[in-house]
Amino acid sequence: MPVFDPETRRAPEAPAKESAITDIPAASSALEIEGLTLSYGEATALKGLTLRIPRQRVTAFIGPSGCGKSTLLRALNRLHDLNETVHRQGTIVLEGEEIHAPGIEVAELRRRVGMVFQAPNPFPMSIYENVAFGLRLQGGLKRRQRDEVIEWALSSAALWDEVKDRLHDSAWSLSGGQQQRLVIARTLAVQPEVLLLDEPASALDPISTLKIEELIRNLKSRLTLVLVTHNMQQAARVSDYTAYLHGGELVEYAPTDQLFTNPRLAQTENYITGRMT
Amino acid sequence: MRLRRRTPGEGPWPWLAAGCVSVSLLMVLALLLLLGTRGLGHFWPADIERVTLHDGQVFAGVAVREEASAPGQATSEERLYYTANRALDGATWRWVALEDIARRDRPEQLSVIEHGRWGTLIGYIDETASNEQRLVIHTQRGQRTDLPRTGIIEHYRPNAMSWVDKILAWGRGVWHFLSQGPRSANTEGGVWPAIFGTILMVLLMSVVVTPFGVLAAIYLNEIADQGRATRLVRIAVRNLAGVPSIVYGVFGLGVFVYGLGGTLDTLFYSDRLPSPTFGTGGLLWASLTLALLTLPVVIVATEEGLARIPDAQREGALALGATRIEMLRRVVLPMAVPAMLTGVILAIARAAGEVAPLLLVGVAKLAPQVPVDDTFPFLHLERKFMHLGYHILDVGFYSGDVEAAMPLLYATALLLVLVIVVLNLTAIFLRHHVKSRHGALPR
Ligand SMILES: Nc1ncnc2c1ncn2[C@@H]1O[C@H](COP(=O)(O)OP(=O)(O)OP(=O)(O)O)[C@@H](O)[C@H]1O
Ligand SMILES: [Mg+2]
Repeated sequence: MPVFDPETRRAPEAPAKESAITDIPAASSALEIEGLTLSYGEATALKGLTLRIPRQRVTAFIGPSGCGKSTLLRALNRLHDLNETVHRQGTIVLEGEEIHAPGIEVAELRRRVGMVFQAPNPFPMSIYENVAFGLRLQGGLKRRQRDEVIEWALSSAALWDEVKDRLHDSAWSLSGGQQQRLVIARTLAVQPEVLLLDEPASALDPISTLKIEELIRNLKSRLTLVLVTHNMQQAARVSDYTAYLHGGELVEYAPTDQLFTNPRLAQTENYITGRMT
Repeated sequence: MRLRRRTPGEGPWPWLAAGCVSVSLLMVLALLLLLGTRGLGHFWPADIERVTLHDGQVFAGVAVREEASAPGQATSEERLYYTANRALDGATWRWVALEDIARRDRPEQLSVIEHGRWGTLIGYIDETASNEQRLVIHTQRGQRTDLPRTGIIEHYRPNAMSWVDKILAWGRGVWHFLSQGPRSANTEGGVWPAIFGTILMVLLMSVVVTPFGVLAAIYLNEIADQGRATRLVRIAVRNLAGVPSIVYGVFGLGVFVYGLGGTLDTLFYSDRLPSPTFGTGGLLWASLTLALLTLPVVIVATEEGLARIPDAQREGALALGATRIEMLRRVVLPMAVPAMLTGVILAIARAAGEVAPLLLVGVAKLAPQVPVDDTFPFLHLERKFMHLGYHILDVGFYSGDVEAAMPLLYATALLLVLVIVVLNLTAIFLRHHVKSRHGALPR
């Protein structure tokens, strides 16, 4: 039976899972993940994760490199579907609907659960067309309405003032930080309910990073955000809840203040204070 | 501490490499120069000499070149004259020993008359005897002939022409070569049907091979499971690129001409049988055969382009709610267009110069009627067509008059090179245009 062992400093699994569920009531959670196990071929990347992600809050995933943060994020909008070697068990429920259920349309799921990747990946089109991309997929918008949504999305991503005079320039002519905000605007334009951010600021300078963090705080009132970051200060600054993953397992999951000021487990404390385990 | 070079300089390698490049460049230049001078020089209106021999004979002709005569003969050097007048003398060339020549001069009145049926004549135009309908000509050797004016393509007096006139005449000659059909069993006249045939065939081939190759590449790279079967197909495709082209010709003959063409004939053109309509070589079958030949090139180039597109772009599109088809159509394909065009460029370069398979599936020695005209259905896919590459072969090997054929051979070869260059430049221009619109891929 797993008991906390001061030598290996491995957490007992059961209490961690329990706290993750009990802290957040089902009614206020946007995503409920239960028993999620995922493997790339033979290699297991996620081991029986169970947690709830609260609606209209920022939830941060932290943990050492290779612990499965990106894997978890990509499971939430079924991006793993593209990879035939991936095997999954367990359920993910988005607002009461199991996302792997037979009738679910993956494209619509991905529209509802938007994702921003670590490296900015604007399409080789104009700034305008990048933001319009998702809207054109949906169709049904008049040109004027579309223009309005695009302006709104770019303003929400704090990019409008910088690009309003050059909307038809190539998106690749923007700086890295601008590109990342453009990608966020592009995702916001299709009105997702959940926004997954995989280290969105890891390639950016401090000022761009601050802009993105502010953006995250502003978006919280409208949608559910999930943030992966290696930057402890960033997680502490912007997130409401923080989950610490290690080796594909959920080690500790708690409100951010609590996890950073008073972690329950020594392993978590070692990680967030930067001590080697 | 100083960062010292391990060896002084980098040794002979850069020089060796640069040497190889310069040798290749020189060879290309030499090739173009040879084709250019020999081919284009042919159209220069050279002066006509009136040659008087010691034995009293007089004739008129254009000096072509001099050669040491065969050993054992009395004379040491001979000169070749182009005397034209095949219709009157039965010969157009004359070797004369230099020692036999008593006098040479260039009377201004000597004319060159190019006639559609009678070939080229050299002589004096008798203005007083000529009238509206007929042109009377006296040759240097005293023959008299009159020609209907309607058949005359051009007549001029090179000895009386200034440089400007000669350049204009040269330009006209080149233009006639480009714009007219062949005459005198392909040894005179132009190559317009062959130019047209070559370009039309290459365009038809591109129209067929591009969508096919692109779809195949998309399937292999984006849709199929990347398992063993896909890998096998890929290897097979790459190997197809190495199959000798004549093999494709045989395949085209068997499958397209006899198989498909024969079936079409029995189904739709049975009233014309036994003379075949599609059941014989023609433009369509030639284009299809060459499309098959160049398919691997397009597939490989497109696949490489697709593989270069970062997965982040695909995932970005999917994450916005695009289906796989939408992702392919809106993100992947536009980004792969330059690679596709590269494939088409390579295909054109290969197909335009290919002659061997055409021998089997539809090229003609002489088809002055181009496959496009004003009778329905305007584009006659079943017709045989002329091709520059085959024209070279035909003029070079099967013409009765080697001396006359040689310059045409060079000119046609030069033209073939130019046609390929122009086709390629068009595609390259297109690719550049597309690239600057969609942005280049990050390398
Ligand atoms: N496409 C893949 N195929 C096979 N194994 C993979 C693949 N992607 C990730 N993995 C493995 O899954 C485990 C988790 O990877 P993941 O990318 O989720 O880590 P991460 O926590 O996001 O790391 P980082 O902080 O470095 O981004 C790693 O051991 C990794 O090697
Ligand atoms: Mg990651």
